[in-house]
Amino acid sequence: MTAPLLSLQGLTKAYPGVIANNNVSFDIGEGEVHALLGENGAGKSTLVKMIYGLVKPDSGTMLLRGQPFAPAEPRAARADGIAMVFQHFSLFDALNVAENIALGMENPPAMNDLAARIREVSENYGLPLDPFRTVGDLSAGERQRVEIIRCLLQDPKLLIMDEPTSVLTPQEVEILFETLQKLRSEGTSILYISHKLEEIRTLCDHATILRLGENVGECTPAETSAREMAELMVGSTLQTPERSGREFGEVALDISGLSVPSPSEFGTALKNLHLVVRKGEVLGVGGVAGNGQDELLGVLSGEILTAADAVKKDGQPVGRMGPTARRKLGLLTAPEERLGHAAAPDMSLTENALLTGSVREGLESNGFLKWGLTQNFAERIIEAFDVRTPGPDNAARSLSGGNLQKFVIGREVLQDPDVLVVNQPTWGVDAAAAASIRQAILDLAAKGAAIVCISQDLDELMEISDSFAALNEGRLSAPRETTGLTVEEIGLMMGGAHGMEVAHV
Amino acid sequence: MDLSAINPVLLIASLMVAATPILLAAIGELVVEKAGVLNLGVEGMMIVGAISGFAISVETGSPWLGFLAAAIGGAVLSLLFVLLTQVALANQVASGLALTLFGLGFSSLMGQGYVGVKPPQMDKLNIPVLTDLPVIGPILFGHDPVLYLGIALTAAVWAMLKYTRMGLVLRAVGENHDAAHALGYKVVRIRIMAIMFGGACAGLGGAYISLIRVPQWTEGMTAGVGWIALALVVFASWKPWRALLGAYLFGGVTVVQLNLQAAGVAIPVEYLAMSPYLITILVLVILSADKSRAPASLGRIFHATH
Repeated sequence: MTAPLLSLQGLTKAYPGVIANNNVSFDIGEGEVHALLGENGAGKSTLVKMIYGLVKPDSGTMLLRGQPFAPAEPRAARADGIAMVFQHFSLFDALNVAENIALGMENPPAMNDLAARIREVSENYGLPLDPFRTVGDLSAGERQRVEIIRCLLQDPKLLIMDEPTSVLTPQEVEILFETLQKLRSEGTSILYISHKLEEIRTLCDHATILRLGENVGECTPAETSAREMAELMVGSTLQTPERSGREFGEVALDISGLSVPSPSEFGTALKNLHLVVRKGEVLGVGGVAGNGQDELLGVLSGEILTAADAVKKDGQPVGRMGPTARRKLGLLTAPEERLGHAAAPDMSLTENALLTGSVREGLESNGFLKWGLTQNFAERIIEAFDVRTPGPDNAARSLSGGNLQKFVIGREVLQDPDVLVVNQPTWGVDAAAAASIRQAILDLAAKGAAIVCISQDLDELMEISDSFAALNEGRLSAPRETTGLTVEEIGLMMGGAHGMEVAHV
Repeated sequence: MDLSAINPVLLIASLMVAATPILLAAIGELVVEKAGVLNLGVEGMMIVGAISGFAISVETGSPWLGFLAAAIGGAVLSLLFVLLTQVALANQVASGLALTLFGLGFSSLMGQGYVGVKPPQMDKLNIPVLTDLPVIGPILFGHDPVLYLGIALTAAVWAMLKYTRMGLVLRAVGENHDAAHALGYKVVRIRIMAIMFGGACAGLGGAYISLIRVPQWTEGMTAGVGWIALALVVFASWKPWRALLGAYLFGGVTVVQLNLQAAGVAIPVEYLAMSPYLITILVLVILSADKSRAPASLGRIFHATH
């Protein structure tokens, strides 16, 4: 094997109360796609921030092509050929594509030259982009292209990608992989962070697995099963959610011919939407974010009002009812965004439990709150869903993403809904917690509840749903039975590749 | 009623003078807000600039030194805002209001010996031939240099925001400070510079009132101009030329209504007095109906996470 491009030796970084990285060492070879695997909070982000110069290690050294490498700031890292595509896109919505790209470069050429280069590079790699479009109007896939092209324009030696596929359709993922393969063939090394194991198995040459800030093992992904890698990540045996065979009952939720405009400026209007969910059925709704998911949730939760009989629960029109009235009827929702939509970040767990539980759990009478009962309810959620927190008096913000997600889902599940609508139930949640959330949803369905699960995680939808439909630009495809559905078919239901082309290598 | 007493040439010349303090303050605040900071202390920085400029020009006899002192005074006061919001991460709205209240009080203290004093006059532009032209001369070529500075500053800020890398980075910081930080830009440093620039501009605007427009010192003499400038920035959709338009419109209607009052028009004085506010807001609201919106990080506290 040739000398490594970047060699990490004993990197350690501690924050007050937590060691993010403890003595992490590994090598990234020239022209290698190297996967960095790990649960949330395993220290992947801190590690790449050290490579990118955003965080300084407490101890340990890095060698870039044998030379000591200690970037003081991202600018220095970029100068040495390190480029990074961020997990939460670091883009500026109000600026156009060319301006966004110029911001990530040291010495950008004049705008017109830059625009020409963007066109050239983007077409070369099969990622067409108009340099003068405003980034706020782009889809998630296109926004990612902006980031990738920003990196490519600097001829990077090492490209760091932090969970790049979480927002893409299967076809878009395929195109991204072609682009990455092309880069690899040109000699660029890629550090690829993900917890999607199948992806890593198809793409990566080598993998390093982090757990609780430590390097717990390396493997060659193509020769290791996804299950083995998952168990290395979690450090214990993984439980797959069990789906018990069950009979579907009567229709519990019925949406027919629904069209509503989106309340937000950049939202997607729902167009002529039909949907039927029976008791005991789990309907999975896939699709790339921003194709009407938030609006669909709003229509079901009562945040967006519609014609009365456009939405029916057990045959009763509920379209004009607000969220509280729907809760009373047993139609509960758990929205996607944990901090801000599903939970009030600065309020305690008890208060958050009250916010959605007051009606069905009888936590208020004549406008006065029953704090004792509420606290019991919050404690029940914490107990039943294994929420790791010192107690119900802690602010929602203080919980880690996965724990808060368990709380938010648990809060609705324990209210014993007839119909439960969840959006991205396991987004940003580690594998073990995700498995327990999925199990809870399946158990609820087994008790006869109708479930609508909106998610971008196709593996999740395949695992728990009985039927699958996809949202594309506000239209819902006809639902199909999940068993026997291929990735190809799902991709087509999701609207294909949004005009992307495969790179012509 | 005698409308013939109103001389349109003098009217236009004097509306430019009336508009300049608002314009200077608004351009400064526009840069601050483009960087994502909401500084409600404009009024306070203006009045401190007004007294700093007044005092120094009286003591030295030079209005130029006075304006320089006004810019420094405004910028120094804005450092207090920097300390509160960028270092101590205090709430920007409360800090800005405190800055205004503090500036008003502090300026009265500074100005105690200067009530009733006459400041030295600044020479007006005098270009042979051009200044003597009828109509065009008094409107375009007969003003004090600071008025032209105001217009030049508008052009400079516009070009800086639109065409330069510095402007791009400034807008990026105001748009998404976390992303700008992740790309390695010094968010806090850029914001401090912007706030100080805003303070200096507000100070100049204040001194323009005390040295040229009125010229004398009285307590609280900025009389809400800073607040007008703040509102103007919003209604101008954070666009420099629109801020100029708004300032001239406001100055113009103010001068016209004063002239109308003097001419004894049969409209109650109260209606005339409110007309500049109403008309300016109306016009700018109509203009701002396009897609433009506030910098996305405006007023949010930036806290680097490492």
